Amino acid sequence: MTNRKFLAALLGSTLLATAASAQDVTLTIESWRNDDLSIWQDQIIPAFEAEHPGIKLNFTPSAPAEYNAVLNSKLDAGSAGDIITCRPFDASLALYEGGKLADLSDLDGMSNFSDVAKSGWSTDDGSVTYCVPMASVIHGFIYNKDAFAELGLEPPETVDDFFAVLDAIKQDGTYIPMAMGTNDQWEAATMGYQNIGPNYWKGEEGRKALIAGDARLTDPEWTAPYAQLARWGDYLGDGFEAQTYPDSQNLFTLGRAAIFPAGSWEVSGFNNLVDFEMGAFPPPVQNEGDTCYISDHTDIGIGMNAATDHPEAARTFLDWVASEEFATLYANALPGFFPLSEAPVQIDDPLAQEFASWRQDCESTIRSTYQILSRGTPNLENETWNASAQVIKGEETPEDAGARLQEGLASWYQPQQ
Amino acid sequence: MHKPRSRRRWHIAVFLAPAVLVYSAVMILPLFDTLRLSLFTEGPEGRVFAGLANFRTLFGDPNWSRQFWNALANNFWFFLIHMAVQNPIGIALAAILSAPGLRLAGFYRSAIFIPTILSFVIVGFAWKLILSPIWGIAPSMLDAVGLKSWFAPWLGREETALTTLALISVWQFVGIPMMLIYAALLSIPDEILEAAECDGVTGWSAFWKIKLPLILPSIGIISILTFVANFNAFDLIYAAQGALAGPNFSSDILGTFLYRTFFGFQLQLGDPYMGSAIASAMFAVILVGVCIYLFGIQTRIRRYQL
Repeated sequence: MTNRKFLAALLGSTLLATAASAQDVTLTIESWRNDDLSIWQDQIIPAFEAEHPGIKLNFTPSAPAEYNAVLNSKLDAGSAGDIITCRPFDASLALYEGGKLADLSDLDGMSNFSDVAKSGWSTDDGSVTYCVPMASVIHGFIYNKDAFAELGLEPPETVDDFFAVLDAIKQDGTYIPMAMGTNDQWEAATMGYQNIGPNYWKGEEGRKALIAGDARLTDPEWTAPYAQLARWGDYLGDGFEAQTYPDSQNLFTLGRAAIFPAGSWEVSGFNNLVDFEMGAFPPPVQNEGDTCYISDHTDIGIGMNAATDHPEAARTFLDWVASEEFATLYANALPGFFPLSEAPVQIDDPLAQEFASWRQDCESTIRSTYQILSRGTPNLENETWNASAQVIKGEETPEDAGARLQEGLASWYQPQQ
Repeated sequence: MHKPRSRRRWHIAVFLAPAVLVYSAVMILPLFDTLRLSLFTEGPEGRVFAGLANFRTLFGDPNWSRQFWNALANNFWFFLIHMAVQNPIGIALAAILSAPGLRLAGFYRSAIFIPTILSFVIVGFAWKLILSPIWGIAPSMLDAVGLKSWFAPWLGREETALTTLALISVWQFVGIPMMLIYAALLSIPDEILEAAECDGVTGWSAFWKIKLPLILPSIGIISILTFVANFNAFDLIYAAQGALAGPNFSSDILGTFLYRTFFGFQLQLGDPYMGSAIASAMFAVILVGVCIYLFGIQTRIRRYQL
């Protein structure tokens, strides 16, 4: 008995001694990506710790749906971790303005990122950036290569080609031309409107004009994507009105549909499910040779708790996150989530590579409704979901949809009044 | 004999205390706090008193009032379907179950009551699958009897979504009126029915003339329970259609509207003050409905001493 107590005391003092002698700093990371826990523990953290002895990392994710609420209460109570994973736009902006997130504008690694990449975690005027951009998702179309080969089709480049391909698939009748439903609404808006739209409103140019009040949602470049969506209805499966997002995914991965309007986050999931070869093509342009624009949407950033006890260690870590090494690690651990840094990154997954390759030829932009424009009531993002679904079902004309959204936006957003 | 000085009966307070305390803490206080919260709004320095401004926005601003009236109208339609379908079927089932000589009555009773104890999420998900145009069994079942053309993606159409959801809810809860009426029917003494039989009142006319008047108070209670449950409904719509209650808000009821506003949705940040205003409006609607029932109907129902 006494022997055991003695042993315990001995053990305890040894532990204390090692902790004191090494003077390690432990940084705790808050995140909603509990799916990535093993990737952090097996690949990212060992890679960082090997290079930076003296700094230990502790990745503590919570459930995505609870993350914002949990993080806010932890920050208020002063018990939040040193490193904070940042949601894009308003949720994190509110934290910065509340003094919870530190200003990182002068971090060395920040020069690796473009303004579009930083827009998700910068103040409205772009003067302060408070999170390091970590990953984005790219929109486009994933298609069944075997089906295309069987029908002798090529991935389309222009809108006319696109509809010619859809017509050909429909005529043949073996496959449903496109797997999408309007039941969940966000598919229609995110994979529909925000996917094909940037080609019409010219990416950042149009998005910024809308925020500045120089463009209206009733202008042709904003209603034309709806006009294209209205034509999609004919090529979706029977009863698409009640088709949900998982239904669409299953229709495609079971090989019953030929084209899936997608976000790159599908890549790793689809890779495990399909037994045919997949390819991807970017949203088709209006005329051959037009500049193409893609939605390269900023999704995850990472910042520093303003109240951290170890600001130096935290900045060292964030600088590393901004580096090419992290970008390569992350991109290959999670194909479909693309690092935002401008350094060229080697991605091994062919489908993810295809998505990433569009960045070379096309201009990147983010989803039009995410920055500033969804702050009021009615919420433009939610209204866009509704309008996109209504237009595809043919229950609202593209012009009416544009007029309704414009009226809603103008009711609270000064520059649009 | 010693007479106690005080006749105060402390034990009543002592026995009531646990229930009163718990009920106040988890029901009464939050209720009044919600009503109070609806009078505040977010100012630059945190919470500020705003009087009835939230209600002016809710009923005056077309963006809010359009959603509110839409949700309220949908809620009334939801309630009407329950009253017109659930309760008559419940009464009919109870009448059939209480008929003497019915075999396997216990089995039917349990089978019909079981959906009531299922979770909304299971019911919503199961029916979504049954009615799915892609994997569902509804299209193939209709096809088997040659009625394929009758099938439509009901949950995805504006005209039919809410009615379909209301009927799913009826399917789930028809067991409750059935059980309550069944109990009321069983409590009718046999002598009355036998006396009626002597007077030549049998079969259906016995039901209409003897049993129905006797169970009318139970039907009243069921109606008011249905009203309160329907106007507080949220789960089924949320499980089947999500917080945006699609398509195009055609299945949006007060519960989903409250949820969207209070907790926020996607990019829409939550607004607890407007949310409380909606919750208060819901409370008022239910209060008015219950009062109309209590003072207008309950007092007029004739009761018979059995």
